[in-house]
Amino acid sequence: MTQCHKAALALALLVIAAFAVAGCGGGEEMPSDVVLVTHDSFVISKDVKAEFEESSGLELRILQSGDAGELLSKALLTAGNPQGDVLFGVDDNLLSRALAGDLFEPYESPLLEQVDERYALDSEHRVTPIDHGEVCLNYDKAWFSEREIEPPRSLDDLTDSRFENLVVVENPATSTPGLAFLLATVARYGEPGWQDFWRRLRENRVLVVDGWEEAYNGRFSGAAGEGDRPIVVSYASSPPAEVIFARPRPKVAPTAVVEDSCFRQVELAGVLRGTRNEEGARKLVDFLLDTRFQEDIPLSMFVFPVNRRAALPPEFEKFAAIPENPLELSPAEIGTNRDRWVREWTRIVLR
Amino acid sequence: MGEGVDTHRAAVSASAWRALAYGVPLAFLAVFFVYPLVSILERGLTSGENLASPFDVLSDPLTREVVWFTLWQAVASTVLTILVALPASYVLGRYAFRGRSVALAAVTIPFVLPTVVVALAFLALLPESLERGWVAILIAHVFFNVAVVVRVVGTFWAGLDRRISEAAATLGAGPLRSLREVTLPLLAPALAAAASIVFLFSFTSFGIVLILGGPRYSTLETEIYNQAVRIFDLRAAAILALVQLLFVGLAIWAATLLEQSLAVGGRRQERDVLRPARTRGEKTVVAGSLGVLALFLGVPLAVLIERSLAVGDGHSLDAYRALGRSTNALLATPWEAIANSLVYAAGAAAIAVVVGGLAAFAVAGSRGVGTRLLDGLLLIPLGASAVMLGFGFVIAFDTEPIDFRSSPWIVPVVQALVAIPFVVRIVASTLGAIDERQREAAAMLGASPGRVRREIDLPVAGRALGVAAGFAFAISLGEFGATIFLARPDSPTLPVAIFRFLSRPGELNAGQAYALAVILMAVVGASVLLVERIRVLRPGWR
Repeated sequence: MTQCHKAALALALLVIAAFAVAGCGGGEEMPSDVVLVTHDSFVISKDVKAEFEESSGLELRILQSGDAGELLSKALLTAGNPQGDVLFGVDDNLLSRALAGDLFEPYESPLLEQVDERYALDSEHRVTPIDHGEVCLNYDKAWFSEREIEPPRSLDDLTDSRFENLVVVENPATSTPGLAFLLATVARYGEPGWQDFWRRLRENRVLVVDGWEEAYNGRFSGAAGEGDRPIVVSYASSPPAEVIFARPRPKVAPTAVVEDSCFRQVELAGVLRGTRNEEGARKLVDFLLDTRFQEDIPLSMFVFPVNRRAALPPEFEKFAAIPENPLELSPAEIGTNRDRWVREWTRIVLR
Repeated sequence: MGEGVDTHRAAVSASAWRALAYGVPLAFLAVFFVYPLVSILERGLTSGENLASPFDVLSDPLTREVVWFTLWQAVASTVLTILVALPASYVLGRYAFRGRSVALAAVTIPFVLPTVVVALAFLALLPESLERGWVAILIAHVFFNVAVVVRVVGTFWAGLDRRISEAAATLGAGPLRSLREVTLPLLAPALAAAASIVFLFSFTSFGIVLILGGPRYSTLETEIYNQAVRIFDLRAAAILALVQLLFVGLAIWAATLLEQSLAVGGRRQERDVLRPARTRGEKTVVAGSLGVLALFLGVPLAVLIERSLAVGDGHSLDAYRALGRSTNALLATPWEAIANSLVYAAGAAAIAVVVGGLAAFAVAGSRGVGTRLLDGLLLIPLGASAVMLGFGFVIAFDTEPIDFRSSPWIVPVVQALVAIPFVVRIVASTLGAIDERQREAAAMLGASPGRVRREIDLPVAGRALGVAAGFAFAISLGEFGATIFLARPDSPTLPVAIFRFLSRPGELNAGQAYALAVILMAVVGASVLLVERIRVLRPGWR
């Protein structure tokens, strides 16, 4: 037998073995695991995960699938025959599309009573709120104090000529925070006021980039990169992160948030229709709302828990601003208009 | 052994061999490429209420703009890449010098770095007037793809009998004329092979276009992504994917024609033709070509190294130290991510070498239409939409006995899909150049076809297979294309880990992302060196 014959035989065996392994996965009576389908930003601490596995007796498998948009697209493609049991990571921007796609089975978790009413976005409980994050303008404190220029205090300020060439935002067509910021301007100025705001912002030489990574790490002067723009669209939780991940740790956060500009996003989870393990899926949704997981959220995913009993870590208490009354739009309104708004925005700002 | 028996066995084994060499690659392609892609295209074309006609998408002026830009930037990127890479390919394919294998491994590094990381390095380097637009896109495409040309063309060049060009020189041809009339025609198969790969990569470019082009530039691939993921208009995405496939098919067809019309039956002798640079002029050429390339490739890489050290005021190894501590950014430790990457890459390289190696024997064995078709078919995955293929996997393999949408070994399979064309091109162009008289002579002396393969083809292919395996390994370490769009279980690879760190605020996270990128560079360089070393050490595989 030549080496190539051997290799071919090995490949044939490999294929057979693989099919056998794949085949073994199915056909069991009681699944011993529960699969969480989620986006790439999902993180859970090891001990928190172990705790769920011990208390439920189920192995927690996590399947990560690109960003929130890709996650939802794949879930829609597999509606009814899902890749897992629970989906986490659909936000209010995409909620209407998810509900229209009939992805979820209703489940009302008993832990919902510990959650503030304003986060409950679906009266039929097809989705359950898990965390909220606020997209806000962030600015580099040192940049402004060194030049003795007043930092921005409101959305209106951005069109002021003293901020010409200083702002970097993300493209709402390709970035979640970018979309949230566009929605913030729609919520603040209404139609067609938001369009005028963006026309003036364009005249003020706003820089539009593709995604948060480039905006924050590449263009913003207040982060690790060598950017030269001191105002960026990021999150309310970014200032504490700049403290936690700095060496040595500074006493105050080097960046701050423009509270007036904040737009709230709620992230939700749901039991996928067609789950192989409905009981396990419900246990998992309960666990996602449990204080144990909820208190893990800020330092792992840099968003805020929805459970009011969950305590915030000290860095968040000290350096994060949770805006009292952030800008909001209803998921239905977003769902109806989102694509049109993005198209109009593209025409106004990019063409 | 009786003569009659041997001939009979030879005939049986020859046809079995042919069936295997064609069958395995075709089956692999059918199951893991055609089936998922057709599934998603069919779903897309039949979805949506508006089934009127595809012409609304096709006649949109925006679509035409996108197609035009995609096309011309890909052609320009290809031409530029070849021009930039040719001097180094020559030097690496002709001269033996200390550090040659290190140089070959180092050239591979840019090719496998995650685009986001490289794009951020370019943003730091390019003057502001250049950094958003087509110039930046072209520069980055050249940066990424130089490795393809150097490896494919350089490997081939190393197998060219240098006596031919020396004879031309003796007959009075100047160096330019010798290059134009002798060397280039001999190189044509390898040049066409490399050019078609570079074209396909640039044609389907995604991350580079998004970040370095700014929001005003889009390729078909970014537009497909936009339609499929952002707007979830699968029908428009499917139509654009078909347009993309059409151009990819045309490009491959053109490359094949070009290759045939340019190629001359060069006599090649497979032995080491490398020799040290002797004259001062030769030494200048070696140092000059490599120096320029080192500068072009090295400066962006140096920026990454600098960033990985820049934590706090001044520089330190803090980011590297932080990698050892438990982190909340990943579900695994960074070291586990490195181990995962190596395991996936080994699997992908093994699959690619077996499937691609068999295809190379089929392609090199004859000049018929069938082999051309096989060769072209195996190239198509490089030019197909990664996002659509990723979606295709999700809906194609969704029923229980073969529900491997989420099983971990789908990752090396998809990576192999990208690596196979490289294996075929590197191995086949070398095999195809074996002097047919050697085979005939061996057969005449009574060697069975199996023995001819074992004693003549395999040792020759050994060199190319080694290079191809190293390249396949490196490709899957960098994790290209469709794997990004697959659902991955909680076993992150290095590029995934880099992206996770980069997508979190805070200086230390950015530092750790760059530190992992530097580790990826080192792992790629070391593994390419190692794989090629194994090949060299193996007796008879020289």
